[in-house]
Amino acid sequence: MPLLDIQNLTVDFKTASGAFRAVDNVSLTVDAGEVVSIVGESGSGKSVSMLALMGLLPWTATVTAERMAFDGNDLTGLSARQRRRIVGKDMAMIFQEPMSSLNPCFTVGFQIGESLKVHLGLDRAARRKRTIELLELVGIPSPADRVDSFPHQLSGGMNQRVMIAMALSCNPKLLIADEPTTALDVTIQAQILDLLVRIQKETGMGLVLITHDMGVVAETADRVSVQYAGQKVEEQPVAGLFDDPHHPYTAALLSALPERATSRRLPSIPGVVPGQFDRPTGCLFSPRCRFATDRCVEKVPPRQGALAGLALCHYPLTHGKPVGHPGPQATLNERLFV
Amino acid sequence: MNAPLDHHVVLRAEGLARHYELRRGPFAAPAVVRALAEASFELKQGRTLAVVGESGCGKSTLARVVTMIEPPTAGRLVVEDREVTGRNAEDARILRRSVQIVFQDPYGSLNPRQKIGTILEEPLAINTDLSAADRRAKAQAMLAKVGLRPEHYERYPHMFSGGQRQRIAIARALMLDPKILVLDEPVSALDVSIQAQVLNLLTDLQQEFGLAYLFISHDLSVVRHIADEVMVMYLGRPVEVAPKEEIFASTRHPYTRALLSATPSTDPAARKERIRLTGELPSPLRPPSGCAFHPRCPYVYEPCPVDRPELKVPGSDLLVACHAVRDGRI
Repeated sequence: MPLLDIQNLTVDFKTASGAFRAVDNVSLTVDAGEVVSIVGESGSGKSVSMLALMGLLPWTATVTAERMAFDGNDLTGLSARQRRRIVGKDMAMIFQEPMSSLNPCFTVGFQIGESLKVHLGLDRAARRKRTIELLELVGIPSPADRVDSFPHQLSGGMNQRVMIAMALSCNPKLLIADEPTTALDVTIQAQILDLLVRIQKETGMGLVLITHDMGVVAETADRVSVQYAGQKVEEQPVAGLFDDPHHPYTAALLSALPERATSRRLPSIPGVVPGQFDRPTGCLFSPRCRFATDRCVEKVPPRQGALAGLALCHYPLTHGKPVGHPGPQATLNERLFV
Repeated sequence: MNAPLDHHVVLRAEGLARHYELRRGPFAAPAVVRALAEASFELKQGRTLAVVGESGCGKSTLARVVTMIEPPTAGRLVVEDREVTGRNAEDARILRRSVQIVFQDPYGSLNPRQKIGTILEEPLAINTDLSAADRRAKAQAMLAKVGLRPEHYERYPHMFSGGQRQRIAIARALMLDPKILVLDEPVSALDVSIQAQVLNLLTDLQQEFGLAYLFISHDLSVVRHIADEVMVMYLGRPVEVAPKEEIFASTRHPYTRALLSATPSTDPAARKERIRLTGELPSPLRPPSGCAFHPRCPYVYEPCPVDRPELKVPGSDLLVACHAVRDGRI
């Protein structure tokens, strides 16, 4: 049984201009001891799906799921009070902006101690001892002094370490890291990723890493789920994803990376991610896809099998060639078809 | 417009420095932050010099000095064979036209109350005596050049995506036909697919107008793609300057090595043991003695905490500020 099992999660937001579907039938499983990465551009719903899991969305959001189970417990029917017993204890999350996620009015020691008090019921002395241990674990120098520091006295990298310490305080079974290194410099990013992976290996917890950086994915993840405009378009083990992407979006995203470029001109993806009002019918990627045919525009694509990377596509790629594709003359934009 | 590029020098900086004074109470002597020191480089027509470093290394201060937003504390800045430093305001104003800047955050750098047309025409209204009709024609032409449609002229910034806004910011910078474009992290706020579009646009515009780029970035994979020459900075000083091929093939300075090693590779098979940099960037208020990098450097030895290494390695063309490289230890 997987540690986390989400089937067909959908999140709708009520907005002034009508309903907006941010997450559209996304499924995800995470095993203990596994690093799963959710990758996608802004607006792909990667953060919202995890916030829905944690119950951190505002009231304007409607969350529906066929199944949302954590460690054998169903989360869908849970009251807010019951959910709070799990969130922050067995299931913890770190956020992108460490500076704005920490409360500037309290010392970092106090903020780490809060979850120790609520979930574990430790007394003041035990909290302080455990907090210092945690700060040491995440590599903060002289933790006994730092425990009384305020967030503004620490650098961004140090604050992110504090966030990690806070998330780890109750030995969670699942850690969700939402863009944990995006706001940090590369040398600090390398330190934080090393730290996350080391702790994940030591404790055997599951780790969900939300990111937009393909380099971070390649270096840390075991399995990768690619999201586009709220849908999961592909899921593969990391080696297969970079070697033989099956969805045209994944393929285009990988070849747009400057590091993989072979010529001075980068192969870019035309257009932008669809918004609330220009959501296409059929395949959501069809207006930007170089293989798109009339069928892609008209019909919602099927979910392919595991061999084709669970790609959400009419013509999944195998080594760059679309399977079952009628040929360049059938594409909507022949110029793009290579 | 398509004049042949001879790659002549359009901007020369010699020992540029910018210090800031920080008041620390009514009676204490003000502390001095050396945000930028001894920066020397040349920008050539149609070429790109990339400036790489972590936050606090002086990249953005360099951009502000080069664009003449702030005067340098010391050093010389020569734009198109004319000295900038020590000029009167009127001359500086004319020189400023040839150096333009594109900022990092396209959400913060466009006025939300102005239409795109107004944004693009403002530099012309201030600096030229073109008629309103001419300004409009020029703005429309520039919109087409950066891949936007004519109807976008009448729209407001909030109606555009991040990539389109960055195109507008680039168009605005090009309105006065500058020779030099300072790009301060122009793609770091954009998604990968949009980033590729903007990088392609920048490459095209450089070809067409023969622009010299000062490309400031922390992303080494982008730098590797777009740069001709790379300057690595640490705590306000350049520590290594080299052509792109050299800096990526035979990296010399330990800091550059660490930066390269810390950049995640997009090949899962190549998961490597990183050169771990322990610690963080020291405070620029109290920079370490000697070589500023020595507290984090894995190759540190006796002279490092004592002497600051010069950028120029004696007896060679190398520009690497490192004792260990000079003594042949690495």
